[in-house]
Amino acid sequence: MIEPRKKIKVATTSLAGCFGCHMSLLDIDQRLFTLLEHIEFDRSPLTDIKTCSPDCDIGIVEGGLCNTENIHVLREFRRNCKILIALGACAINGGLPAQRNHLPLAVLLEEVYHTSPGLANGMIPNDPELPLPLDRVHPIHEVVHVDYAIPGCPPSGDAIWKVLTDLLAGREPELGHGLLHYD
Amino acid sequence: MSQTFTIDGRVIPFEVGQTVMQAASQAGIYIPHLCYHPAFKPNGSCKLCTVKVNGRQSASCTLRAQSGMVVESDTEEINAERRMLTQMLFVEGNHFCPSCEKSGNCQLQATAYHLGMMSPHFDHFFPDRAVDASHPDILLDFNRCILCSLCVQASREVDKKQVFALSGRGIGTHLIINARSGRLADTDFSLADKAAQVCPVGVILKKRTGFAVPIGQRTYDQQPISVPGKVAEEIRHD
Ligand code: SF4
Ligand code: SF4
Ligand code: FES
Repeated sequence: MIEPRKKIKVATTSLAGCFGCHMSLLDIDQRLFTLLEHIEFDRSPLTDIKTCSPDCDIGIVEGGLCNTENIHVLREFRRNCKILIALGACAINGGLPAQRNHLPLAVLLEEVYHTSPGLANGMIPNDPELPLPLDRVHPIHEVVHVDYAIPGCPPSGDAIWKVLTDLLAGREPELGHGLLHYD
Repeated sequence: MSQTFTIDGRVIPFEVGQTVMQAASQAGIYIPHLCYHPAFKPNGSCKLCTVKVNGRQSASCTLRAQSGMVVESDTEEINAERRMLTQMLFVEGNHFCPSCEKSGNCQLQATAYHLGMMSPHFDHFFPDRAVDASHPDILLDFNRCILCSLCVQASREVDKKQVFALSGRGIGTHLIINARSGRLADTDFSLADKAAQVCPVGVILKKRTGFAVPIGQRTYDQQPISVPGKVAEEIRHD
Protein backbone atom coordinates (compact mmCIF):
# COMPACT_ATOMS: atom_id res chain seq x y z
CA MET A 1 0.00 0.00 0.00
CA ILE A 2 1.29 3.45 -0.83
CA GLU A 3 1.69 5.64 2.25
CA PRO A 4 -0.22 8.90 1.82
CA ARG A 5 2.35 11.70 1.61
CA LYS A 6 2.66 13.75 4.77
CA LYS A 7 1.01 17.12 4.40
CA ILE A 8 2.89 20.36 5.03
CA LYS A 9 1.65 21.97 8.24
CA VAL A 10 0.90 25.68 7.91
CA ALA A 11 0.09 28.00 10.81
CA THR A 12 -1.16 31.56 10.29
CA THR A 13 -1.93 34.48 12.58
CA SER A 14 -2.83 38.14 12.47
CA LEU A 15 -0.96 40.38 14.95
CA ALA A 16 -1.38 44.15 14.52
CA GLY A 17 -3.05 43.72 11.15
CA CYS A 18 -6.54 44.16 9.74
CA PHE A 19 -7.03 40.60 8.43
CA GLY A 20 -6.78 41.93 4.87
CA CYS A 21 -3.84 39.59 4.22
CA HIS A 22 -5.89 36.62 5.42
CA MET A 23 -8.66 37.77 3.06
CA SER A 24 -6.08 37.66 0.25
CA LEU A 25 -5.21 34.13 1.31
CA LEU A 26 -8.86 33.30 0.63
CA ASP A 27 -8.52 35.08 -2.72
CA ILE A 28 -6.48 32.09 -3.85
CA ASP A 29 -10.03 30.92 -4.61
CA GLN A 30 -10.54 27.43 -6.03
CA ARG A 31 -6.77 26.86 -6.07
CA LEU A 32 -7.18 26.52 -2.28
CA PHE A 33 -8.43 22.99 -2.99
CA THR A 34 -5.20 22.21 -4.86
CA LEU A 35 -3.27 23.73 -1.97
CA LEU A 36 -5.18 21.64 0.54
CA GLU A 37 -3.98 18.49 -1.20
CA HIS A 38 -0.50 19.46 -0.04
CA ILE A 39 -0.99 21.43 3.15
CA GLU A 40 -3.06 21.34 6.30
CA PHE A 41 -3.76 24.33 8.52
CA ASP A 42 -2.57 24.24 12.11
CA ARG A 43 -3.04 27.25 14.39
CA SER A 44 -4.92 29.80 12.31
CA PRO A 45 -8.00 32.02 12.46
CA LEU A 46 -9.27 29.63 9.78
CA THR A 47 -9.17 26.66 12.18
CA ASP A 48 -9.54 28.50 15.48
CA ILE A 49 -6.76 26.36 16.99
CA LYS A 50 -5.21 28.54 19.71
CA THR A 51 -1.57 27.41 19.83
CA CYS A 52 0.95 26.14 17.25
CA SER A 53 1.87 22.47 17.12
CA PRO A 54 5.60 22.08 17.66
CA ASP A 55 6.13 20.61 14.17
CA CYS A 56 4.74 23.29 11.86
CA ASP A 57 6.54 23.63 8.56
CA ILE A 58 5.44 27.11 7.56
CA GLY A 59 4.26 29.99 9.73
CA ILE A 60 2.57 32.93 8.02
CA VAL A 61 2.36 36.13 10.04
CA GLU A 62 0.20 39.09 9.14
CA GLY A 63 0.55 42.38 11.04
CA GLY A 64 3.26 44.06 13.06
CA LEU A 65 3.86 44.21 16.80
CA CYS A 66 1.84 46.75 18.76
CA ASN A 67 1.51 45.01 22.14
CA THR A 68 3.12 42.37 24.36
CA GLU A 69 0.64 39.68 23.27
CA ASN A 70 1.79 40.16 19.65
CA ILE A 71 5.39 39.50 20.70
CA HIS A 72 4.36 36.42 22.64
CA VAL A 73 2.48 34.96 19.67
CA LEU A 74 5.28 35.84 17.25
CA ARG A 75 7.86 34.06 19.42
CA GLU A 76 5.57 31.02 19.58
CA PHE A 77 5.43 30.98 15.78
CA ARG A 78 9.19 31.26 15.46
CA ARG A 79 9.73 28.43 17.95
CA ASN A 80 7.32 26.07 16.23
CA CYS A 81 7.67 26.82 12.51
CA LYS A 82 10.60 25.85 10.34
CA ILE A 83 9.94 28.62 7.84
CA LEU A 84 8.51 31.98 8.88
CA ILE A 85 6.88 34.25 6.30
CA ALA A 86 6.06 37.93 6.91
CA LEU A 87 2.84 38.54 5.00
CA GLY A 88 1.97 42.09 4.02
CA ALA A 89 3.11 45.64 4.72
CA CYS A 90 2.32 45.66 8.46
CA ALA A 91 4.43 42.58 9.20
CA ILE A 92 7.21 43.93 6.97
CA ASN A 93 7.43 47.59 8.02
CA GLY A 94 4.72 48.17 10.60
CA GLY A 95 2.33 49.46 7.93
CA LEU A 96 -0.55 51.72 8.81
CA PRO A 97 -0.41 51.05 12.59
CA ALA A 98 3.23 52.23 12.65
CA GLN A 99 2.13 55.67 11.55
CA ARG A 100 1.43 56.29 15.23
CA ASN A 101 5.14 55.90 15.99
CA HIS A 102 5.98 59.57 16.20
CA LEU A 103 3.16 60.23 18.68
CA PRO A 104 3.74 59.53 22.38
CA LEU A 105 1.63 56.61 23.59
CA ALA A 106 0.17 58.66 26.46
CA VAL A 107 -1.12 61.26 23.99
CA LEU A 108 -2.76 58.52 21.92
CA LEU A 109 -4.47 56.93 24.92
CA GLU A 110 -5.66 60.35 26.11
CA GLU A 111 -7.03 61.13 22.68
CA VAL A 112 -8.85 57.82 22.33
CA TYR A 113 -10.25 57.47 25.84
CA HIS A 114 -10.43 61.00 27.27
CA THR A 115 -10.76 63.76 24.73
CA SER A 116 -12.61 62.18 21.80
CA PRO A 117 -16.13 63.53 21.46
CA GLY A 118 -18.54 61.53 23.63
CA LEU A 119 -15.73 59.98 25.63
CA ALA A 120 -15.03 62.74 28.18
CA ASN A 121 -14.36 61.12 31.56
CA GLY A 122 -13.68 57.81 29.83
CA MET A 123 -11.19 55.54 31.57
CA ILE A 124 -8.00 54.27 30.01
CA PRO A 125 -8.55 50.49 30.23
CA ASN A 126 -6.21 48.94 32.79
CA ASP A 127 -7.52 45.40 33.25
CA PRO A 128 -4.53 43.11 33.95
CA GLU A 129 -5.92 40.74 31.29
CA LEU A 130 -5.22 43.31 28.58
CA PRO A 131 -1.86 43.12 26.81
CA LEU A 132 0.30 46.21 27.34
CA PRO A 133 0.66 48.41 24.28
CA LEU A 134 4.22 49.00 23.03
CA ASP A 135 5.40 52.58 22.74
CA ARG A 136 6.08 51.98 19.04
CA VAL A 137 4.77 49.54 16.46
CA HIS A 138 7.53 47.30 15.10
CA PRO A 139 7.86 45.11 12.02
CA ILE A 140 8.29 41.46 12.97
CA HIS A 141 11.86 41.07 11.68
CA GLU A 142 13.00 43.41 14.44
CA VAL A 143 12.13 40.72 17.01
CA VAL A 144 12.57 37.32 15.33
CA HIS A 145 14.35 35.99 12.27
CA VAL A 146 12.07 36.04 9.22
CA ASP A 147 12.79 33.76 6.26
CA TYR A 148 10.59 35.25 3.54
CA ALA A 149 8.47 38.33 3.00
CA ILE A 150 5.47 38.83 0.73
CA PRO A 151 4.95 42.58 0.42
CA GLY A 152 1.71 44.36 -0.42
CA CYS A 153 -1.19 45.97 1.39
CA PRO A 154 -2.47 43.37 1.06
CA PRO A 155 -0.43 41.10 -1.22
CA SER A 156 -2.62 39.58 -3.91
CA GLY A 157 -3.89 36.03 -3.67
CA ASP A 158 -1.74 35.35 -6.74
CA ALA A 159 1.40 36.54 -4.94
CA ILE A 160 0.67 34.33 -1.92
CA TRP A 161 -0.09 31.39 -4.22
CA LYS A 162 3.18 31.95 -6.08
CA VAL A 163 5.31 31.98 -2.92
CA LEU A 164 3.58 28.95 -1.39
CA THR A 165 3.74 26.88 -4.58
CA ASP A 166 7.40 27.86 -5.07
CA LEU A 167 8.16 26.68 -1.54
CA LEU A 168 6.19 23.45 -1.99
CA ALA A 169 8.11 22.75 -5.18
CA GLY A 170 11.41 23.37 -3.41
CA ARG A 171 12.13 26.56 -5.38
CA GLU A 172 13.40 29.87 -3.96
CA PRO A 173 10.21 31.99 -3.96
CA GLU A 174 10.28 34.87 -6.41
CA LEU A 175 7.75 37.56 -7.28
CA GLY A 176 8.15 39.18 -10.68
CA HIS A 177 6.73 42.42 -12.04
CA GLY A 178 3.06 42.87 -11.17
CA LEU A 179 3.15 40.44 -8.25
CA LEU A 180 5.79 42.38 -6.35
CA HIS A 181 4.23 45.58 -5.05
CA TYR A 182 4.25 47.47 -1.76
CA ASP A 183 0.78 49.04 -1.97
CA MET B 1 34.21 58.74 -35.08
CA SER B 2 32.65 57.80 -31.80
CA GLN B 3 34.53 55.61 -29.35
CA THR B 4 33.22 52.59 -27.50
CA PHE B 5 33.32 50.73 -24.20
CA THR B 6 31.38 47.69 -23.00
CA ILE B 7 28.65 47.20 -20.40
CA ASP B 8 28.07 43.58 -19.45
CA GLY B 9 29.68 42.62 -22.73
CA ARG B 10 27.57 44.94 -24.89
CA VAL B 11 29.44 47.48 -27.00
CA ILE B 12 28.32 51.06 -26.19
CA PRO B 13 29.32 54.02 -28.38
CA PHE B 14 29.93 57.37 -26.66
CA GLU B 15 30.95 60.94 -27.41
CA VAL B 16 33.95 62.31 -25.55
CA GLY B 17 32.72 64.04 -22.38
CA GLN B 18 29.73 61.79 -21.86
CA THR B 19 29.33 59.88 -18.62
CA VAL B 20 28.83 56.13 -18.48
CA MET B 21 25.21 56.79 -17.41
CA GLN B 22 24.57 59.10 -20.38
CA ALA B 23 26.04 56.71 -22.91
CA ALA B 24 24.18 53.78 -21.37
CA SER B 25 20.78 55.46 -21.40
CA GLN B 26 21.38 56.65 -24.96
CA ALA B 27 21.97 53.00 -25.87
CA GLY B 28 18.74 52.00 -24.09
CA ILE B 29 20.51 50.34 -21.17
CA TYR B 30 18.95 50.94 -17.78
CA ILE B 31 21.31 51.51 -14.88
CA PRO B 32 19.33 51.93 -11.61
CA HIS B 33 19.56 55.53 -10.37
CA LEU B 34 17.69 57.93 -8.11
CA CYS B 35 19.62 61.20 -7.87
CA TYR B 36 20.53 61.41 -11.55
CA HIS B 37 18.30 63.47 -13.86
CA PRO B 38 19.33 64.19 -17.46
CA ALA B 39 18.53 67.90 -17.11
CA PHE B 40 20.91 68.46 -14.20
CA LYS B 41 24.57 68.15 -13.35
CA PRO B 42 25.02 64.79 -11.60
CA ASN B 43 25.48 65.14 -7.87
CA GLY B 44 26.39 61.53 -7.19
CA SER B 45 24.66 61.26 -3.84
CA CYS B 46 22.58 58.05 -3.95
CA LYS B 47 25.19 55.62 -5.32
CA LEU B 48 22.44 53.41 -6.76
CA CYS B 49 24.09 53.72 -10.17
CA THR B 50 27.32 52.13 -8.94
CA VAL B 51 28.99 49.89 -11.51
CA LYS B 52 32.26 48.01 -11.57
CA VAL B 53 34.81 49.37 -13.99
CA ASN B 54 37.97 47.44 -14.61
CA GLY B 55 37.35 45.77 -11.26
CA ARG B 56 36.69 48.96 -9.23
CA GLN B 57 33.35 50.38 -8.14
CA SER B 58 32.28 53.82 -9.27
CA ALA B 59 29.11 55.90 -9.65
CA SER B 60 28.21 55.71 -13.34
CA CYS B 61 26.42 59.08 -13.33
CA THR B 62 29.63 60.95 -12.54
CA LEU B 63 32.15 58.70 -14.28
CA ARG B 64 33.30 59.88 -17.71
CA ALA B 65 33.24 57.18 -20.35
CA GLN B 66 36.62 56.17 -21.72
CA SER B 67 37.50 54.07 -24.68
CA GLY B 68 37.90 50.39 -23.92
CA MET B 69 36.37 50.50 -20.42
CA VAL B 70 34.95 47.19 -19.25
CA VAL B 71 31.83 47.99 -17.19
CA GLU B 72 29.84 45.47 -15.16
CA SER B 73 26.39 46.62 -14.14
CA ASP B 74 23.64 44.01 -14.14
CA THR B 75 25.45 41.41 -12.03
CA GLU B 76 24.19 39.65 -8.91
CA GLU B 77 27.03 41.15 -6.87
CA ILE B 78 26.33 44.75 -7.84
CA ASN B 79 22.55 44.39 -7.73
CA ALA B 80 22.83 42.98 -4.19
CA GLU B 81 24.66 46.14 -3.13
CA ARG B 82 22.10 48.34 -4.86
CA ARG B 83 19.34 46.41 -3.10
CA MET B 84 21.03 47.06 0.24
CA LEU B 85 21.19 50.79 -0.55
CA THR B 86 17.46 50.88 -1.32
CA GLN B 87 16.75 48.99 1.90
CA MET B 88 18.69 51.64 3.81
CA LEU B 89 16.72 54.40 2.10
CA PHE B 90 13.48 52.71 3.10
CA VAL B 91 14.35 52.36 6.80
CA GLU B 92 15.85 55.85 7.11
CA GLY B 93 12.57 57.50 6.15
CA ASN B 94 8.94 56.66 6.76
CA HIS B 95 7.85 54.89 3.59
CA PHE B 96 4.30 53.68 4.04
CA CYS B 97 3.59 53.03 0.37
CA PRO B 98 -0.07 51.97 0.77
CA SER B 99 -0.94 55.49 1.97
CA CYS B 100 1.41 57.37 -0.37
CA GLU B 101 -0.05 59.29 -3.30
CA LYS B 102 3.08 58.62 -5.32
CA SER B 103 2.87 54.84 -5.02
CA GLY B 104 3.09 53.28 -8.45
CA ASN B 105 4.71 56.42 -9.85
CA CYS B 106 7.60 56.41 -7.41
CA GLN B 107 11.15 55.82 -8.60
CA LEU B 108 12.40 54.53 -5.25
CA GLN B 109 9.65 51.94 -5.14
CA ALA B 110 10.03 50.96 -8.79
CA THR B 111 13.79 50.64 -8.38
CA ALA B 112 13.25 48.40 -5.36
CA TYR B 113 10.88 46.27 -7.45
CA HIS B 114 13.49 46.05 -10.18
CA LEU B 115 16.07 44.91 -7.64
CA GLY B 116 13.68 42.35 -6.13
CA MET B 117 13.60 43.97 -2.68
CA MET B 118 11.18 41.82 -0.65
CA SER B 119 11.64 43.61 2.69
CA PRO B 120 13.65 46.51 4.11
CA HIS B 121 15.69 44.02 6.20
CA PHE B 122 17.23 46.57 8.58
CA ASP B 123 15.70 48.03 11.74
CA HIS B 124 13.45 50.98 11.00
CA PHE B 125 14.42 54.45 12.21
CA PHE B 126 10.83 55.76 12.17
CA PRO B 127 12.17 59.33 12.21
CA ASP B 128 9.99 62.17 13.37
CA ARG B 129 9.48 64.49 10.39
CA ALA B 130 6.69 67.04 10.15
CA VAL B 131 4.56 67.56 7.06
CA ASP B 132 4.27 71.06 5.56
CA ALA B 133 0.77 71.65 4.18
CA SER B 134 1.00 75.45 4.35
CA HIS B 135 1.18 76.11 0.60
CA PRO B 136 -2.20 76.38 -1.15
CA ASP B 137 -1.24 74.13 -4.07
CA ILE B 138 1.51 71.87 -2.78
CA LEU B 139 1.99 69.45 0.08
CA LEU B 140 5.44 68.54 1.36
CA ASP B 141 5.77 65.19 3.10
CA PHE B 142 9.35 65.10 4.34
CA ASN B 143 8.87 61.55 5.64
CA ARG B 144 9.71 60.30 2.15
CA CYS B 145 12.67 62.51 1.27
CA ILE B 146 15.70 60.55 0.04
CA LEU B 147 17.92 63.65 -0.16
CA CYS B 148 18.55 63.34 -3.88
CA SER B 149 18.75 67.17 -4.07
CA LEU B 150 16.98 67.32 -7.44
CA CYS B 151 14.49 69.88 -6.10
CA VAL B 152 17.42 71.96 -4.83
CA GLN B 153 19.03 71.91 -8.27
CA ALA B 154 15.79 72.53 -10.17
CA SER B 155 14.80 75.46 -7.99
CA ARG B 156 18.25 77.04 -8.16
CA GLU B 157 19.16 76.36 -11.79
CA VAL B 158 15.83 76.41 -13.65
CA ASP B 159 13.42 78.38 -11.48
CA LYS B 160 16.14 80.79 -10.22
CA LYS B 161 14.50 80.76 -6.79
CA GLN B 162 16.51 78.72 -4.26
CA VAL B 163 13.44 77.50 -2.40
CA PHE B 164 15.09 74.27 -1.15
CA ALA B 165 18.39 73.37 0.47
CA LEU B 166 19.92 70.41 2.26
CA SER B 167 21.06 71.14 5.79
CA GLY B 168 22.89 69.16 8.47
CA ARG B 169 25.41 66.35 8.11
CA GLY B 170 25.42 62.59 7.90
CA ILE B 171 22.29 61.00 9.28
CA GLY B 172 21.16 64.48 10.40
CA THR B 173 20.94 65.73 6.80
CA HIS B 174 17.49 67.04 5.97
CA LEU B 175 15.66 69.20 3.47
CA ILE B 176 14.90 72.76 4.51
CA ILE B 177 12.78 75.53 3.02
CA ASN B 178 14.33 78.92 2.41
CA ALA B 179 11.96 81.11 4.43
CA ARG B 180 12.36 82.65 7.88
CA SER B 181 9.39 80.59 9.06
CA GLY B 182 10.67 77.46 7.32
CA ARG B 183 7.27 77.07 5.66
CA LEU B 184 6.69 76.65 1.95
CA ALA B 185 3.79 79.13 2.02
CA ASP B 186 6.27 81.89 2.89
CA THR B 187 8.35 81.37 -0.28
CA ASP B 188 7.59 82.28 -3.88
CA PHE B 189 7.29 78.59 -4.82
CA SER B 190 4.68 77.85 -7.47
CA LEU B 191 3.10 74.81 -9.06
CA ALA B 192 4.62 75.83 -12.38
CA ASP B 193 8.17 75.52 -11.02
CA LYS B 194 10.44 72.82 -12.37
CA ALA B 195 11.15 71.91 -8.74
CA ALA B 196 7.50 70.96 -8.34
CA GLN B 197 7.99 68.13 -10.83
CA VAL B 198 11.37 66.54 -10.23
CA CYS B 199 10.88 64.71 -6.94
CA PRO B 200 11.41 60.99 -7.63
CA VAL B 201 9.44 60.04 -4.50
CA GLY B 202 6.30 61.34 -2.80
CA VAL B 203 7.60 64.48 -1.05
CA ILE B 204 6.50 67.33 -3.34
CA LEU B 205 2.88 66.59 -4.13
CA LYS B 206 0.30 68.59 -6.02
CA LYS B 207 -2.77 69.03 -3.84
CA ARG B 208 -6.24 67.79 -4.79
CA THR B 209 -4.99 65.35 -7.44
CA GLY B 210 -4.00 62.36 -5.30
CA PHE B 211 -5.40 59.00 -6.35
CA ALA B 212 -6.93 60.44 -9.56
CA VAL B 213 -5.32 57.44 -11.23
CA PRO B 214 -6.10 54.39 -9.10
CA ILE B 215 -3.34 52.29 -7.58
CA GLY B 216 -2.72 49.36 -9.91
CA GLN B 217 -2.98 51.48 -13.08
CA ARG B 218 0.00 53.74 -12.53
CA THR B 219 3.27 54.09 -14.44
CA TYR B 220 5.22 51.30 -12.82
CA ASP B 221 2.19 49.11 -12.22
CA GLN B 222 2.07 48.78 -15.98
CA GLN B 223 5.71 48.51 -16.91
CA PRO B 224 8.87 48.15 -14.88
CA ILE B 225 11.26 51.07 -14.55
CA SER B 226 13.89 49.22 -16.59
CA VAL B 227 11.81 49.60 -19.77
CA PRO B 228 13.41 52.43 -21.81
CA GLY B 229 11.47 55.67 -21.36
CA LYS B 230 9.85 54.51 -18.14
CA VAL B 231 12.03 56.51 -15.77
CA ALA B 232 9.69 58.97 -14.10
CA GLU B 233 11.75 62.07 -14.86
CA GLU B 234 10.45 61.82 -18.43
CA ILE B 235 6.85 61.31 -17.29
CA ARG B 236 4.44 63.92 -16.01
CA HIS B 237 2.16 62.66 -13.30
CA ASP B 238 -0.39 65.45 -13.19
S1 SF4 C 1 7.79 57.78 -1.72
FE1 SF4 C 1 7.74 55.89 -2.89
S2 SF4 C 1 8.73 54.41 -1.56
FE2 SF4 C 1 8.17 56.16 -0.28
S3 SF4 C 1 6.14 55.72 0.53
FE3 SF4 C 1 5.83 56.83 -1.34
S4 SF4 C 1 5.63 55.25 -2.92
FE4 SF4 C 1 6.54 54.28 -1.17
S1 SF4 D 1 12.14 66.52 -1.74
FE1 SF4 D 1 12.23 65.00 -3.38
S2 SF4 D 1 13.51 66.01 -4.94
FE2 SF4 D 1 13.86 67.09 -3.04
S3 SF4 D 1 15.65 66.15 -2.10
FE3 SF4 D 1 13.84 65.14 -1.23
S4 SF4 D 1 13.52 63.38 -2.54
FE4 SF4 D 1 14.86 64.72 -3.66
S1 FES E 1 22.32 58.21 -9.74
FE1 FES E 1 24.47 58.13 -9.62
S2 FES E 1 24.84 58.47 -7.53
FE2 FES E 1 22.66 58.69 -7.66
